[in-house]
Amino acid sequence: MTAAVSQHDSKAPAAAAGNRENDTAAPLMEIRNLYKRFSLSGDFLEQLKFRGGKLVREQEHVHAINGIDIDIRRGEALCVVGESGCGKSTVARTVMGLLSPSKGEIHYDGQRIDHLSAKELLPYRRRMQMIFQNPYASLNPRMTIQQTLEEPIRLHHPDWSKERVRDQVRDVMDSVGIDPDWGSRFGHEFSGGQRQRIAIARALAVDPEFIVADEPISALDVSIQAQVLNLMMEAQQQRNLTYLFITHDLAVVEHFGTRVAVMYLGMVCEIAPTGTLFAKPRHPYTQALLSAIPRLEDDRPQHIRLQGEVPTPVNLPTGCVFHGRCPHANERCRQEVPALIDVEDGARVACHGVEEGRL
Amino acid sequence: MALLEVNNLDVRFALRGGDVRALRDVCFTLDRGERLGIVGESGAGKSVAAFSLLNLIAKPGYIAGGSITFDGEELSGMKDRGLRRIRGNRISMIFQDPMMTLNPVLSIGEQMVECLKAHRRISTREARAISLHKLNQVQIPSPETRLDQYPHELSGGMRQRVIIAIALLLDPDIIVADEPTTALDVTIQAEIMDLLLDLCEKHNVGLVLITHDLGVVSQVTQRMLVMYAGRVIEQGPTREIINDPQHPYTQGLINALPQMATPGSRLNQIPGSMPSLSNLPSGCAFHPRCSFVNDASGQPRKACLDKVPGFVDSGNCRVACHMVAELVNQQQRDSREETL
Repeated sequence: MTAAVSQHDSKAPAAAAGNRENDTAAPLMEIRNLYKRFSLSGDFLEQLKFRGGKLVREQEHVHAINGIDIDIRRGEALCVVGESGCGKSTVARTVMGLLSPSKGEIHYDGQRIDHLSAKELLPYRRRMQMIFQNPYASLNPRMTIQQTLEEPIRLHHPDWSKERVRDQVRDVMDSVGIDPDWGSRFGHEFSGGQRQRIAIARALAVDPEFIVADEPISALDVSIQAQVLNLMMEAQQQRNLTYLFITHDLAVVEHFGTRVAVMYLGMVCEIAPTGTLFAKPRHPYTQALLSAIPRLEDDRPQHIRLQGEVPTPVNLPTGCVFHGRCPHANERCRQEVPALIDVEDGARVACHGVEEGRL
Repeated sequence: MALLEVNNLDVRFALRGGDVRALRDVCFTLDRGERLGIVGESGAGKSVAAFSLLNLIAKPGYIAGGSITFDGEELSGMKDRGLRRIRGNRISMIFQDPMMTLNPVLSIGEQMVECLKAHRRISTREARAISLHKLNQVQIPSPETRLDQYPHELSGGMRQRVIIAIALLLDPDIIVADEPTTALDVTIQAEIMDLLLDLCEKHNVGLVLITHDLGVVSQVTQRMLVMYAGRVIEQGPTREIINDPQHPYTQGLINALPQMATPGSRLNQIPGSMPSLSNLPSGCAFHPRCSFVNDASGQPRKACLDKVPGFVDSGNCRVACHMVAELVNQQQRDSREETL
């Protein structure tokens, strides 16, 4: 454990130097061929049905994640974007160990963590923390802010003295811009932006190195969003954090992200450095997504209009999951699932059209 | 005279600790076929402004003063009976959450027929025919089957299309849309906004669009109001406000958008948060967060702290700000001296 931390520290300067194309360093988090499905069929007895005089067992699943491979490098902010139901929040929760994967592996700092017991996972839990979407729901209404912030420290550092815990809480409250004298107040006494600061403080309280943020600013007003984003960027610089940032807001991604993974129906369709993705989106879905951002400059831009709606993740389409709405789909797209292939500028795209040079 | 005229609208909520003034001195007009945006953060009063147009404010809220004139008729003191002729018929509303606004126990067709029959003496068959026509207009695939489906069988985007179809059922003069796309995904949002825009243009319907998204406002509307703490602080042509905002709050709001900053740099945040309406700061409600509150000598302007700013005309826009008023006065003095 201590060895791992010192190893991390030795690599810190390289990451802090903002070396974005540093592929050689081992990634902090590796997600390998991850699948997650949720059963819709209830318990065993509910799955039993009579069909043609025979007793059969039938099961239906929501296929939330269908085989994704993502590396998260030290010091970067990897943004995962996609529309609702594409599985981005499931990725966040699976990575954190809040859900166990149906198939696939998750490695953290070289160690496989997805099959560990809660007790074995505890040291990793200190190093990875999570910020949730809704600050009105993620703070316990019956705990004061002091209690909320002390809880994770006490859990992860049972040997710390009362004074040391209190100092740590003061420091972390200071660092997110909440007056340390407000510790005796309850969550409902704060505004949405302040609550989200407290939620960030709770994540930072145990000095983590990796933070998963699931739509941390979606519930906030525009002027408050800027405050919270600034705070998260400051924390990243000061503490050399690595982020997995889940969002649907592409303007935020463009500003905040080092790399972006675009998800559709449980699959990664494109993953690229932020600049590359916004300058030169390859996947037809990414192109449609980018053209749909309401921008200030233009009066009425021409959106790329997609046909139809996102199919249900219960019955996945064959072939490329996007083929039903894709204007460039052909027979191969309807049959064969595209794999992520490397294209130039560090981008990886899962599209037959790009692979064949049609697009 | 404009189709809809709102003058000095004053809406209060009678609470135990005294009245809370949710809207003060709100004035705007809307012409046939015109599109007006109302922007502001949560709690600024934009939804109250929309709801009060049709007197839809629930108790303990009430309209304490001002006038709402629609097509020559005064709406603010009107009895429910009179309002029912106008609500849904000549002014219709689209609400934010498409999951909440459709009745889950009635099929789409029943809800549409019900709405038509409430306003017109027609047979069910005719009403269904009109409903079908409207569903076609909002480009719903296989509209005949949709009529007999229930809301839960449709996706969010589909439901919002149905709601737009219902809003258009009686060929209204004005549609008031309260955050119509906030609950939807970006690609669906773009489709729904395009659709709403096309239909409004085609049928010459006026649109009041309430949103917190400056991008949407700038793409859809011709004029806009910016609201803060129950007041309009800036209004004028959308393009001019977006390109050259005068009020420090509008400037802050636009500059805080990630798309206005170079990627990775610090965003220009507005410090603090919006005050509660029951405990407004004295003078200009924005002064504790305003970066222009100090005058040339570095002291806070007395007017900002004591006096609620009135509107000054600055170009085609009207701005409620003491600093802008000073600048405008200065310019007028300068130009007068030049002519002398």
